[in-house]
Amino acid sequence: MLRYLGRRLLQALPVFFGATLLIYAMVFLLPGDPILALGGDRGISEALAEQLREKYNLDKPFIVQYLLYIKGIFVGDFGTTFSGRPVGELLTQAFPVTFKLAIMALALEAIFGVGFGLVAGLRKGKIFDSTLLVISLIVIAVPTFVIGFLLQFFVGIRWGLLPVTVGPNVSFTTLLMPAIVLGAVSFAYVLRLTRTSVSENLTADFVRTATAKGLSRPRVVTVHVLRNSLIPVVTYLGADLGALMGGAIVTEGIFNINGVGGTLYKAIQQVHAPTVVSFTTVLVIVYIVANLFVDLLYAALDPRIRYA
Amino acid sequence: MSRDTFVLEPAVEPDGSEKPLLRIRNLDVSFTTSTGVVNAVRGANITMYRGQSLAIVGESGSGKSTTAHAIINLLPGTGKVTGGSIEFDGRELVGASEKDFVGIRGAQIGLVPQDPMTNLNPVWSIGFQIKEALRANGIATGRAADKRVAELLAEAGLPDAGRRAKQFPHEFSGGMRQRALIAIGLAARPQLLIADEPTSALDVTVQRRILDHLEGLTDELGTAVLFITHDLGLAAERAEQLVVMYRGQVVESGPSVKILSDPQHPYTQRLVAAAPSLASRRIQSAKARGVTTDEVLAVTHGDGVNPSRGELLRVEHLTKVFEIRGAGKGEKEFKAVDDVSFTMARGTTLALVGESGSGKSTVANIMLNLLQPTEGKIYFEGTDLHSLGKAAEFAFRRRVQPIFQNPYGSLDPMYSIFRTLEEPLRIHKVGDAKSREKRVRELLDMVALPQSTMRRFPNELSGGQRQRIAVARAVALAPDVIVCDEAVSALDVLVQAQILTLLNDLQAELGLTYLFITHDLAVVRQIADEVCVMQDGRIVEAATTDEVFDDPRQDYTRELLAAIPGASLDMFGAA
Amino acid sequence: MRDKLDRIDRPDQSHFFASLDDAVLDEVDVVDETAAPASLWQDAWRNLRRRPIFWVSAVLILSAVVLAALPGLFTKTDPMFCELTRSLDLPEPGHPFGFDKQGCDIFARTVYGARASVVVGVLTTIFVALLGSIVGAIAGFYGRWFDSLLSRITDIFFAIPLVLAAIVVMQIFKQYRGILTVVMVLAVFGWPQIARITRGAVMSVKNSDFVTAAKSLGASRFATLVRHVMPNALAPIIVTATVSLGSFIVVEATLSFLGIGLPPDKLVSWGADIAKASRSLRDQPSILFYPSGALALTVLGFIMMGDAVRDALDPKARKR
Repeated sequence: MLRYLGRRLLQALPVFFGATLLIYAMVFLLPGDPILALGGDRGISEALAEQLREKYNLDKPFIVQYLLYIKGIFVGDFGTTFSGRPVGELLTQAFPVTFKLAIMALALEAIFGVGFGLVAGLRKGKIFDSTLLVISLIVIAVPTFVIGFLLQFFVGIRWGLLPVTVGPNVSFTTLLMPAIVLGAVSFAYVLRLTRTSVSENLTADFVRTATAKGLSRPRVVTVHVLRNSLIPVVTYLGADLGALMGGAIVTEGIFNINGVGGTLYKAIQQVHAPTVVSFTTVLVIVYIVANLFVDLLYAALDPRIRYA
Repeated sequence: MSRDTFVLEPAVEPDGSEKPLLRIRNLDVSFTTSTGVVNAVRGANITMYRGQSLAIVGESGSGKSTTAHAIINLLPGTGKVTGGSIEFDGRELVGASEKDFVGIRGAQIGLVPQDPMTNLNPVWSIGFQIKEALRANGIATGRAADKRVAELLAEAGLPDAGRRAKQFPHEFSGGMRQRALIAIGLAARPQLLIADEPTSALDVTVQRRILDHLEGLTDELGTAVLFITHDLGLAAERAEQLVVMYRGQVVESGPSVKILSDPQHPYTQRLVAAAPSLASRRIQSAKARGVTTDEVLAVTHGDGVNPSRGELLRVEHLTKVFEIRGAGKGEKEFKAVDDVSFTMARGTTLALVGESGSGKSTVANIMLNLLQPTEGKIYFEGTDLHSLGKAAEFAFRRRVQPIFQNPYGSLDPMYSIFRTLEEPLRIHKVGDAKSREKRVRELLDMVALPQSTMRRFPNELSGGQRQRIAVARAVALAPDVIVCDEAVSALDVLVQAQILTLLNDLQAELGLTYLFITHDLAVVRQIADEVCVMQDGRIVEAATTDEVFDDPRQDYTRELLAAIPGASLDMFGAA
Repeated sequence: MRDKLDRIDRPDQSHFFASLDDAVLDEVDVVDETAAPASLWQDAWRNLRRRPIFWVSAVLILSAVVLAALPGLFTKTDPMFCELTRSLDLPEPGHPFGFDKQGCDIFARTVYGARASVVVGVLTTIFVALLGSIVGAIAGFYGRWFDSLLSRITDIFFAIPLVLAAIVVMQIFKQYRGILTVVMVLAVFGWPQIARITRGAVMSVKNSDFVTAAKSLGASRFATLVRHVMPNALAPIIVTATVSLGSFIVVEATLSFLGIGLPPDKLVSWGADIAKASRSLRDQPSILFYPSGALALTVLGFIMMGDAVRDALDPKARKR
């Protein structure tokens, strides 16, 4: 088991460096000189510009900048924005909000996706199943922002059930609608995955053996069918956390959430490399950690993996 | 209430005779498919009494499994009982509620399913799965159940039961898993145990041990056993009563001894004639039988149709060591083949017999040049294979061809039969498009398939037909040697006999030499001239077929012979 | 051993055999020559034809393609021609959907918007399918360090969120914004999914006996990969590609929505229109409906098609 985890960790390292390097390179290629942009309309003296460039390491070759930056991360120094704020501060402000949002979305999609998927898989071909299938298709086909607007309009404005924007009040109620919107597409995928998994396992040999033992149907379904069907679903859910956090940008825009998405968007437009790269780095770390966690969970759920 | 000692108290009919435990009358079972309704079972009649053993014998599609599953309402998919009655212990089961069945399953009727690999849930421990059976049938719970689980495992022949109970299915061997399944089936001491091909996925010696054990247990408990099997020898050996099914109908039934010695229905006669465990002669090729064949195909590598008995292939001190990643630390070495030597004479058949892990398939792969040996040499017509350059190696490929075990995997599903048969010719650039088509037609004739098969695809053919295509493909380049790796093991008995006859005929016509890999000693008797028995990578005995069967020298060989189902029946005069 | 001699002879268990009329014996294993030959693809096609979901999705896709190819057939109005005087005007003959806040003809914009979505979707899918399947096939077939290297590269691209990367890259190529840039961005960060699917499919096919048979015939490894393994690995690739097409269209719309997709002054995009409509949601919510509906229906078409094809190609449905 330890060997298995160790191997996974080793595989995660090149992913970490590769991804951060890639992002750093991409940001490096962004057009525009950020220092000149700082000066705004008044322009900026060459000497001052030189000084600033040196301060932010912008005069050094690319690879050196990258390595300096990585070194910085390991001591917790994420750099400073051009307006003087440490990027770390931006991180601690933005990430918890997005994290809460993503966790809520994950919980919703897990509970409802698995729940409905189980019923659909059990009643494959019947009305309930067909209805759910159509709903899941529609949810995937309609873009997140449209769902966002529609929900905001009807649930928020017309019917006044939930708050329309979040802003500074981050709480369960305010985040509920955004979480639903964010998790909608994933909910559809989880539902379909569970449904397929369940209907496949229903015809598995070991399920027949379990029934032949004299077990009641509810027990066969929960202990044998569901338990085995969960394995691919869990894998998907784990990978989804990173995707949710990284893809929340649209939802955060619609509901005015001061999270990762909004901050990142502004930083890209300002061409502030440290902010873009540190935020992306943390996202990559979240993705890697979530995957490692999923691997652990997978080994817990499937004993065959533990000895691989 | 402990039900370990089952006191036989036969119920009595009004007229004083004994009441049957299971009475199936005029049973009809059908499935609804996209192409219509399929009648899987028609008008079946089966009767069983307490403590009896009965075997339903048939090939695939005969309806034997369907009948058995219908008894406990476990029909897959769209299966339904559409007529007739199933009476168990006086109770009518057709039309009973699911709740009734839940009560009957496990407690009254147990099931030992076929494939030990897929029939145990991989994520729960063995002990957990046995405990479930105890709990569900009200036998025991909690601590008492744990204790009982250990007892049941020991009873099933699994030592160190306490530790075993915590392990998972993938940590058990096939035989151990089957024992666990038997423990589950008998956990609640049912009156009837349905054993669905309980050992067909296992090695022969393991099979014997497990069936002996099962017989002992059921004798002691007084359980009636309903065997489902395709193996006539096994059925005759283990069951008092026999029911032969063909295409969903019962064609013959009665005491097994009587049926085997005097089969009345033509189908049963065919089965008895073709069953390898019962037949004892090497199949004579059509040529030897004096049947002339018009098509004498030109043999392109020189020797002519009458094969000389010269040495074709010599294997010396072949060894193959695999490095595997052990569960512990570092890498371990596994010696799959250990100092194997043999020779093959042209035009003859050498059988490599062994159970799983004996190394026989590894030898086959080395012969086909798919694996490189760690040590040892192979001489083909005097040339050391290892010394061949790339061009010579490519030419060598033409002369040694394989036929694999699984008819459903050995043909590319995307290729039409024509393309499959043409491929060897195309790769070795034999002839032009026109002559290749001619050759494909010849090949189809050789394996007795109609010309129209050319345009078809593998998914339209049955297992036996696909295997015939595999034979045709192997013969396409007129090779010297064909390596048959369990080539008939996955086929029904009658189809198997067909393929073996075909192989024999082709051998005589084309002067082929066969290396026949198999675990089935009974098949060996029908097809091989010489036999090498392998165990743990080594050859333990090598002799002619007659010598091995009439006068085995090694204990292991004797064990293998004794394990052939039906071997103990001494009424078939194994010549 | 059960003592077979100690048996009671029961009348209903005596020797019985059926007459030949009841159970007619066939010859062993005869080929059914009556049915027409059918390859797996033909079987799948027959299966597909019977599913209503296939026909519905085919209609949706065809509609989108026709709108994309021949928008002039449906409207004579120039979608870029916007008069503020007509702002939020109601529908009238020739302009069935009315006008948006800037005074643009909504119907024309809906029709012309199809082109951007369909072209981006199709082009991206082609690139992604090619790149992803080649990488996945090499990783899956040749294994060992090819696999390790390519799998790590795939993981790296997977780790970076698609929308995020798209934002950065579109910012880099600010001057060159157009259909091709969007396609490139999506393709460069969207190929890992197909690569993974291909790798899995190739790995499960490469151990089949028919591949071993080809090897023992002397076929080169590469020839085996191309002629035997890939055709059999195609099914999951096709299904994933079809569904991905739908999701690429959604991503393009998202980028245009964020203002960093297709240039709104040159091309019509449903995403951009939705962004515009969202700003006037309180005044005229119905404007949102047309571009959203068109987008949803187009994407729905592709995703449903993917579902239908997956079910038709399912080997369990083809059991013989």
